[in-house]
Amino acid sequence: MRRSRLLHVPFWFTYVFLYAPIIVLVVMSFNSGKSAYTYEGFSLKWYGVLAQDAKVMEGLVNTLIVAVGSTVIATVLGTLLAVGLARHTRSKTLDAVALMPAVLPDLVLAIGLLVFYGVVQFTLGLHSVTLSHAVFSMAFVAAVVRTRLSGADTSLEEASRDLGAGPVTTFVKVTLPQLAPGIIAGALLAFTLSLDEFVIAFFTIGNLEQTLPIVIYSMIRFGVTPEINALGAILLLVSFTAVIVGQRLTKIGESRAQD
Amino acid sequence: MLKIDGITRRFGDVTALDDVSLEIGQGEFFALLGPSGCGKTTLLRIIAGFETPDGGTVTLDGEDLLGRQPNRRPISLMFQSYALFPHMTVAKNVAYGLEREKLPRREIKKRVGEVLETVGLSAHGDRKPAQLSGGQRQRVALARSIVKRPRLLLLDEPLSALDKKVRADMQLELKRLQNEVGITFVVVTHDQEEAMSLADRIAVFEHGHVRQVDEPVALYERPRTPFVADFVGANNLFEGTAGAGALLTDDFGPLPGTLLDGLEEGAKALLGVRPEKIRLDEAATASDRLKGAVLDVSFYGGISHISIDVPGHVRPVLVAVQGASGVQPGAEVNLRWEAPDAVIIPGAR
Repeated sequence: MRRSRLLHVPFWFTYVFLYAPIIVLVVMSFNSGKSAYTYEGFSLKWYGVLAQDAKVMEGLVNTLIVAVGSTVIATVLGTLLAVGLARHTRSKTLDAVALMPAVLPDLVLAIGLLVFYGVVQFTLGLHSVTLSHAVFSMAFVAAVVRTRLSGADTSLEEASRDLGAGPVTTFVKVTLPQLAPGIIAGALLAFTLSLDEFVIAFFTIGNLEQTLPIVIYSMIRFGVTPEINALGAILLLVSFTAVIVGQRLTKIGESRAQD
Repeated sequence: MLKIDGITRRFGDVTALDDVSLEIGQGEFFALLGPSGCGKTTLLRIIAGFETPDGGTVTLDGEDLLGRQPNRRPISLMFQSYALFPHMTVAKNVAYGLEREKLPRREIKKRVGEVLETVGLSAHGDRKPAQLSGGQRQRVALARSIVKRPRLLLLDEPLSALDKKVRADMQLELKRLQNEVGITFVVVTHDQEEAMSLADRIAVFEHGHVRQVDEPVALYERPRTPFVADFVGANNLFEGTAGAGALLTDDFGPLPGTLLDGLEEGAKALLGVRPEKIRLDEAATASDRLKGAVLDVSFYGGISHISIDVPGHVRPVLVAVQGASGVQPGAEVNLRWEAPDAVIIPGAR
């Protein structure tokens, strides 16, 4: 027993290291005072302030538009990319290159996209950010779906062909249901990634609109207030919900696939 | 009906199939038998359309098959893994092929009901494949394949995933079904007992070549090549040169046997004698040259296997006798058989 307890120490230390800042953020969001650093008592007033802050609300709506839009694009394209990689090519290089945007430094991608939009004379705004987010989210979706595909049995697809289904019917009726849990997990990942993405959005949004992270960034230049903490707490809640829902759905999908 | 002509398939340096030609008749139960890696599964996949040969033709009733997509061939393949769709119920799995034909719903329902009845799974239509036993899953796979009434049903190692008891049942079931539906069956297997008990005719494969095509009894009693003699059933092989009605050996003198047609006297040859054809004689005399000491006696119920160490022969000689055997390990015995019970074949390995 002593040995196992000793082994718990690094585990708990890591946990504290991970979550202490987040706990501080959430606690301070309920601060009744004006400072983000000294706690003066419980209050929900900063959430009220937040709800009346037009700039924040506009940022939130923009962020949701971008997140939903980029998630839809990334999920569709990422799934197709994964299927193409797994089923129609044996090239390891293509595989690596396809997943590159996921590991590329955000800054590189951001500059690249900005230059590209300039070259093709694409107007900047929410639509350009949506596309930009779709680019790197797509790589994440493809990676997740790809993992699931490589575990999937190709004989199912062959069986479908054998029973008279064409390639498209086979994809819709057999391949997609097999991949559903992976696709959902990939989509939720894409959504949460887009939600708090700052660098790429900052570079490619132009100067007319702002997403929530950009709004927060401009607020923070005048100091951290409990209002920002409250905003962080809300974002945290959304992300957590997405992750938990994602895990649940994946589990349901898996147990259904096994049934 | 199905004509395979000069099929060749290479994977890099490996030749999986080398100029294979076979003809399979309407309503036949045909087996492709061989050790793993002999090319039998590749041939099956070529017939089904999941593999393209480098050369040769495959025709069904004179019509070319190779130019057609797998979904446009009147052929069903039952996969070794069964490949049941895990997200669909049993009934949905079976209906899948019929739905692709755009048949009316009523007709689909009727035919699915009928075929589930045939395989004895009427009560399981609403279950998912994961809720079934191995044997039941196989029946579903079978039902899904035959419900489309294909001209030809290909079965890839159909019984390999089942345990012994279920296997025996399924074996009978397969034969019954084949009789009942009258579809031509082509089964791929590495299990020679399975092939012999199921098939009307068997093609034995080795390294991408067909070594012999014959009925089970002929294959067992009159193998034509050393590989077939060794692979199909237990056999005792002796090396020597062909003589008149005997194999001439250095160690044991002439051993009685029947020469394969066309085998010239004086050629290098191999004599094969089945374990159940050998008689044991405990009263050893000095004139007998084929004798040895009993190594081991295994009792299987209906039969006993006795292995005998014969000096000068590398492998122990295997003898099978009915019921329990009286001989004890260590006993000296003579081995005898009649000339018609042993075959002498060309010995070039």
